[in-house]
Amino acid sequence: MSFSLHEKEDTIVALATPQGVGAIAVIRLSGKEAIKITNAVFKGKNLEKQESHTIHFGTIRDGERIIDEVLVSLFVAPKSFTKENVVEISTHGSSYIVNQVIKLLIRKGARPAKPGEFTQRAFLNGQFDLAQAEAVADLIHSDSETSHQAAINQMRGGFSGEISKLRAELIHFASMIELELDFGEEDVEFASRNDLRILVEKLLREVEQLILSFDLGNVIKNGVPTVIAGKPNAGKSTLLNALLNEEKAIVSDIAGTTRDFIEDEINIGGVIFRFIDTAGLRETTDVIEAIGVSRTQEKMKTASLILYLFDLGDTDMVEINRDINKLENLGVPFLKVANKIDKAGSLFISDLKEKHPDTIFISAGQKENLDHLKDRIMELVNLDKFRTGNTIVTNIRHYDSLVKTRQSLLDVLSGLDNQITNDFLAMDIRRSLHYLGEITGEITTDDLLANIFSKFCIGK
Amino acid sequence: MFPIYDVIVVGAGHAGCEAAHAAAMMGSKVLLCTMNMNTIAQMSCNPAMGGVAKGQIVREIDALGGLSGIISDKSMIQFRMLNRSKGPAMWSPRSQNDRMRFAEEWRLALEHTPNVDFWQEMISGLVIKNNRVCGVKTGIGLEIQSKSVVLTNGTFLNGIIHIGEKQFGGGRTGEAAAKGITEQLVQLGFEAGRMKTGTPPRVDGRSLDYSKMEIQYGNENPEKFSYSDETKPLTKQRTCWITYTNKEVHKTLETGFDRSPMFNGRIQGLGPRYCPSIEDKINRFAERERHQIFVEPEGWNTVEIYVNGFSTSLPEDVQYAALRKIEGFENAKMFRPGYAIEYDFFPPTQLKLTLETQLIENLFFAGQINGTTGYEEAASQGLIAGINASRKIAEYEPFLLKRSDAYIGVLIDDLINKGTEEPYRMFTSRAEFRLLLRQDNADLRLTQMGHQIGLANDSRLEKMLDKKSDTAKLVNDLKQKKLSPDIINEGLEGYETATIKEKVSIEKLLKRPQLGLNQIMELDQELKLYLSKYKKEVLEQAEIQIKYESYIEKEQQMVEKLNNMENYRIPISFDYLSIPALSAEGKQKLHKVKPETLGQASRISGVSPADLSILTVYLGR
Repeated sequence: MSFSLHEKEDTIVALATPQGVGAIAVIRLSGKEAIKITNAVFKGKNLEKQESHTIHFGTIRDGERIIDEVLVSLFVAPKSFTKENVVEISTHGSSYIVNQVIKLLIRKGARPAKPGEFTQRAFLNGQFDLAQAEAVADLIHSDSETSHQAAINQMRGGFSGEISKLRAELIHFASMIELELDFGEEDVEFASRNDLRILVEKLLREVEQLILSFDLGNVIKNGVPTVIAGKPNAGKSTLLNALLNEEKAIVSDIAGTTRDFIEDEINIGGVIFRFIDTAGLRETTDVIEAIGVSRTQEKMKTASLILYLFDLGDTDMVEINRDINKLENLGVPFLKVANKIDKAGSLFISDLKEKHPDTIFISAGQKENLDHLKDRIMELVNLDKFRTGNTIVTNIRHYDSLVKTRQSLLDVLSGLDNQITNDFLAMDIRRSLHYLGEITGEITTDDLLANIFSKFCIGK
Repeated sequence: MFPIYDVIVVGAGHAGCEAAHAAAMMGSKVLLCTMNMNTIAQMSCNPAMGGVAKGQIVREIDALGGLSGIISDKSMIQFRMLNRSKGPAMWSPRSQNDRMRFAEEWRLALEHTPNVDFWQEMISGLVIKNNRVCGVKTGIGLEIQSKSVVLTNGTFLNGIIHIGEKQFGGGRTGEAAAKGITEQLVQLGFEAGRMKTGTPPRVDGRSLDYSKMEIQYGNENPEKFSYSDETKPLTKQRTCWITYTNKEVHKTLETGFDRSPMFNGRIQGLGPRYCPSIEDKINRFAERERHQIFVEPEGWNTVEIYVNGFSTSLPEDVQYAALRKIEGFENAKMFRPGYAIEYDFFPPTQLKLTLETQLIENLFFAGQINGTTGYEEAASQGLIAGINASRKIAEYEPFLLKRSDAYIGVLIDDLINKGTEEPYRMFTSRAEFRLLLRQDNADLRLTQMGHQIGLANDSRLEKMLDKKSDTAKLVNDLKQKKLSPDIINEGLEGYETATIKEKVSIEKLLKRPQLGLNQIMELDQELKLYLSKYKKEVLEQAEIQIKYESYIEKEQQMVEKLNNMENYRIPISFDYLSIPALSAEGKQKLHKVKPETLGQASRISGVSPADLSILTVYLGR
């Protein structure tokens, strides 16, 4: 992410809203020349003479050709996100228009921004500290309510709170070790090996919990990997579209916006579900038949959720039992979804209800009972624990530091088992202090000494 | 009357003596100025050297060719290796010393050092031209010229002594304070601060009842500080005693709290948290019913006793009454009351790593003037300041020790980069590479360097090189040599460690926690005979190197990592103030310290990891 100083002087431009999603797209520029460059292609008021935090209607023109009608928001340095001049141009959400506008701005002197460069500028210009900058980046990348919540929590210090508790406990543990090393001659009571073991085990449990939360955090950020499995013509694509249409009221109606892109992710109740291997789904092969093939099996296993979809009019009980058996062996949570409820005979339905009472009956085509399906999906992924304010690690750097912290704590534990003396234990503890310090800010000897002096009567 | 000196050292305590000796040994013409030639190398506080982390420093000074180790050995009355139950990095030599003999040995050593002149008078100012020091001014108005000056004023700069409500100027009890230097330095732009320390009362040993106290003996096989053959370990030792305060003592002390300068706000300076006065201890840790008191003789023959653990500035009548409530002290006669002393210091962030000041060229500071406490901390700074003053005027490269080289390197790096709020004392925990910075290998770490700069003599170097090559040979042999089950299995059972099925190398056996070289050699008479031709310190060194190999290697890898950061240089002209992203504190500290490397920047207090990331980005990494 590094760049040279002269690059920092450039004015950068990029699309600020996700590619191909909404009815409106926002193009952002940041840098000394941001307003000047925009003004050169804008027909309306003279932007260079306008105050900060004002919005202006006008058109973007390439020569005489009008590209789009737009709204331009001005943020004059330093009162902006990056502390530089910032312009946000809201255009209609067509990727064709967006591309035209960006190309035009580049021709007038802007440079395409590198990934994260806006945030980096904000960081370099003193808008954020490192952890906050990371949270902002997450916020920008967050596509769903839950993910948004996790990012917001982190910015507000929810994560920091948990970590600083952990930090305090680790400092306490480390100073118990140091106490005996530097002050072995003092008339104070030292922690027994057993006390130390209890302390380090407690620390490990807490680190472990945070590490586990990363998997959940990942789900929030990247979506729950989901597969719809079923025979050809079971209605997989119809179901996908039905779910999609429910959630995304604004589906782009502008030509050139392809379906492929948005089909992948669906927002249900604030959680993103990411449909994997959708290309495979559209093929006319029977995914369940293919479970026997190891490559398909591996794919299916990476899912956190499988929707087993079958056509009530085209499936018999033997087939259903066989499929369910296979899915149970796969070990991935799945829902039994009976489609085309309108086409089924009542006898078959009651038989099914008896044998598989948890079957969800829907009609994807008629959009019937989809709410019930969504409720069941939410129940299954049980994401409620995300929302109760539990701390969740969503940042890969934090995750990495926590994993390393855990490893050094495990080393401490095995050191205690092997009865090595405190000076060697201290080495492993220092490593864990170091790794945790990568998240919380450095933990110094002075922190340890301060803790010792506040708790023990030291000195002759 | 005076020639132009190369180095003038002001103050003849631990720092001043080491500075004068080092500079003179390296060929400089040195003048040592002291207010009183009868108090050269006074141990103002406890009659002891070394201790945890401090003992390592004394051995480092010795390995470099300084004198503190030899003087300590020559005046020693008791030796103990502390922390023996822990790993070798924690072993810390500590000695009780004969206070009068310690001072005498130093004075004789300096008198025998060629190139050291003496002058007894208060130094009241510096002669400075074009921001460069070129001499000192004395109390009677003399100007003595020199190319450099090392200030080691200890607690004497505007020293104020407190006993209860009484307060008077003084640098030590019975000695006048030094005036003039602080004021001049502040005018030159130095920042000055105030610190506080204290000392306990001394009593008449004939008035104590030792039968009521625990005896504390020295080690059965005492060792010594110096690596050289100039000194020998003690053959007889004096004992110390331990007793305790009690509730009655505490109650009596509390009657004086309203007259305590500590509690009524008369003392402004900050005292060390790890060396609290007895009133501080009972005030802050009210739940404790007793505190340990170490009863330490002040010498071989004197009856004077140092009451370690009873540092106080309460009124003398309260001190006396409280002392007499201590078990064994019922009839105690007091020789001198305890007192607190406040003195000026100069925040050490104003120094370079050579201990030269940033503001005035060729002016060096060492010891308590830099905000440290402790004889060993002072002596080591004196040594480094003396070496660098001498080298600077000879236009040699600075002599610097890294954090991975020595505790002395940690000490100076901490001072320069972090500064200190309270008197700075060394702890092993301050050293990130403490497994490498051991008392057993200070010679292996430092003697070559000391020899290179002309301080450690040839015989020291030869001795170290012999130890090194003998150790290497022995380590290799222990890796090759295998012991067979039929000879040693019975013995292994005796040591309660697993027996072996096939031949196993001594190296492998040594890594078992239950086995040391001493145990293993008893298993095999042939081995014992072979090992007997090696010196004790070689056996010890080889054992440590093998037994803790994996840990030592891990630390060495970390040293290399650190050195990468150390090698990443920051241009001296780098403008921190123009980087808005830096934290306000980080910006200010970086601007002030002007770190030479990214590694140094990382250790400046107030510089956050985020600041470092920003710096790294700006430096184009």
